[in-house]
Amino acid sequence: MNKKGRFGIYGGQYITETLMNTLGELETAYEEAMKDPVFSGELARLLAEYANRPSLLYYAEKMTKDLGGAKVYLKREDLNHTGAHKINNVLGQALLAKRMGKTRLIAETGAGQHGVATATAAALLGLDCDVYMGRLDTERQALNVYRMELLGARVHPVDSGTGTLKDAVNEAMREWSSRCSDTHYCLGSVMGPHPFPTIVRDFQAVISKEAREQILRLEGKLPRAVLACVGGGSNAIGMFYHFIPDSEVMLIGCEAAGYGVDTDRTAATMATGSLGIFHGMKSIFCQNEEGQIAPVYSISAGLDYPGIGPEHAWLGSTGRASYVPVTDEEAVSAFEYLARTEGIICAIESAHALAHALKIVPKMDREDSVIICLSGRGDKDVAAIARYRGREIHE
Amino acid sequence: MSKVKNAFAKKKAFIPFITAGDPDAASTVRFVLAAARAGADLIEIGIPFSDPTAEGPVIQEADTRALSAGMTVRGAFEVAEAVRAENPEIPLAFMTYLNPVFKYRGDTDGSIPYEPFLSECSRLGIDALIIPDLPFEEQEEILPYTEKYGVDLVSMVSPTSDERIRRIAESAKGFIYVVSSMGVTGVRSSFQYEAISRMISLIRETNPEIPCAVGFGISTPEQAEKMAAVSDGAIVGSAIIRLIHSHGEDAEQAVFEYVSGMKAAVMRAEGSRE
Repeated sequence: MNKKGRFGIYGGQYITETLMNTLGELETAYEEAMKDPVFSGELARLLAEYANRPSLLYYAEKMTKDLGGAKVYLKREDLNHTGAHKINNVLGQALLAKRMGKTRLIAETGAGQHGVATATAAALLGLDCDVYMGRLDTERQALNVYRMELLGARVHPVDSGTGTLKDAVNEAMREWSSRCSDTHYCLGSVMGPHPFPTIVRDFQAVISKEAREQILRLEGKLPRAVLACVGGGSNAIGMFYHFIPDSEVMLIGCEAAGYGVDTDRTAATMATGSLGIFHGMKSIFCQNEEGQIAPVYSISAGLDYPGIGPEHAWLGSTGRASYVPVTDEEAVSAFEYLARTEGIICAIESAHALAHALKIVPKMDREDSVIICLSGRGDKDVAAIARYRGREIHE
Repeated sequence: MSKVKNAFAKKKAFIPFITAGDPDAASTVRFVLAAARAGADLIEIGIPFSDPTAEGPVIQEADTRALSAGMTVRGAFEVAEAVRAENPEIPLAFMTYLNPVFKYRGDTDGSIPYEPFLSECSRLGIDALIIPDLPFEEQEEILPYTEKYGVDLVSMVSPTSDERIRRIAESAKGFIYVVSSMGVTGVRSSFQYEAISRMISLIRETNPEIPCAVGFGISTPEQAEKMAAVSDGAIVGSAIIRLIHSHGEDAEQAVFEYVSGMKAAVMRAEGSRE
């Protein structure tokens, strides 16, 4: 990475002048915090005592036998407090915000997981909290809206644009440019202007730090592949990060293809997008030929973002990581498979990574292992999956 | 002297913003020409973007309407071309977001970003380019083309810019777009004129030559006059877009009257540059 937060040609700070000094202050505060043992000690304590880290690396024995290939390990981020990997980043950023003297957090949310995590950290640390959520998503995830309100946050439905995650990001950015002196924007993924992709990556890297130690202890060698789902890409970068120098470990990001990459109902950015500049970063985006950002679709509200974090774009361009599309149908089947086989109901997002594993694991050597990041739990998705299968259940 | 500097020469400038394609391209051409006849000193033509993060609801909705009605970057160039055919003199700026500029290919294979957009600007006599999501630090990649094609890349300064103001002012081209207050575009009822005045003093200390026009939130003649008194001109967007939206295709006369009133207001401001 060179200056101004670049990953190769990707990244940067394409943001309004009003936010430039705020981003500079954030970068400085972050660098100081990371050198301060008091900060890292407090974060480590919260991760262990509040968020339930380290998360388990679970050997999925039945699944392994059933697939007849490499040994399957699941990194159980679904067992974290609030039920997903999002809390790792949020606790870090909320502590940082407090250290900077901020009294209020704002956040965007798609499915509601990041909003719930932010509202949780705000409640714990005594910060005010406003969450921006696309109108359509507030309707699809009404339970999470109420959850955030229970935690003391205010949820603002966003009507502009497509009323989904990208519009929630737009609105959170607008709000931040209106009020930044007392407010920290707790961005939920490895996207946006520098320093966010680095900050969020560092806070999520705990996933691979633990997983690498755990697999070496259990297997005595590195896995053949690690897999994670990718929207903006925060759990994936967390799952990949400490394996990046291990060139023998394949890094596989699984994107939401929706109805398929040859349809316009998809969110598979790496498969269907092109280079662009949006939401503060140069990266790959789903867009038309004139650079208008495209509406995207996935059954998973957490993956239907029209871009991908700049570090993923870079890992993809160098060939260090590969990115594969997974359709709604494949993800739903994998979701059902894991429930039946291992008794685990995972998030529909995570089921995208699982679905690709179901394709490649049987062809792999039994001496090898793979790790799949189960980024979240699936309670929030049960009603939607039922409806997908034709059962009219509503929350 | 560039056409942009001309706009500020020996007078306070009034700068209206009009979204291309709202409600349609032909109307935009008429509105721009009406604004010019009414005394506008420079006109910003907005190229609509799907996700305009610096805009308040009024311009967001205008962008959405224009895109739904089929406006494109190429279409905005056609608007500019039609304006130029009638009025070769009026200084024109495009205001848009970086991605449409970055992605525009024209008739090229798209392997060199920015050049097709800027060469088209040059051909049509577009004098300046305003891109809210392109801060000073990221201008490097587009500057070779704005310079090659003689288009002024306008820098913005905002109430949070502080020590950045000097750096921005030193290399500023055309004029400096002074953002009046925190937040996004859209009508405001009050301003901190002293803070705006301080920003402008800082700019002038560093670069006495560069004109400063204030935008974001201005809608009334009184506000425009006060802004012009502390700066070199006032920029108005949302108030005009609202006017256009309420009159539709027939907004030409309303635009003419509004711009005439605003131009008269800035002319009343004291303290011309020379």
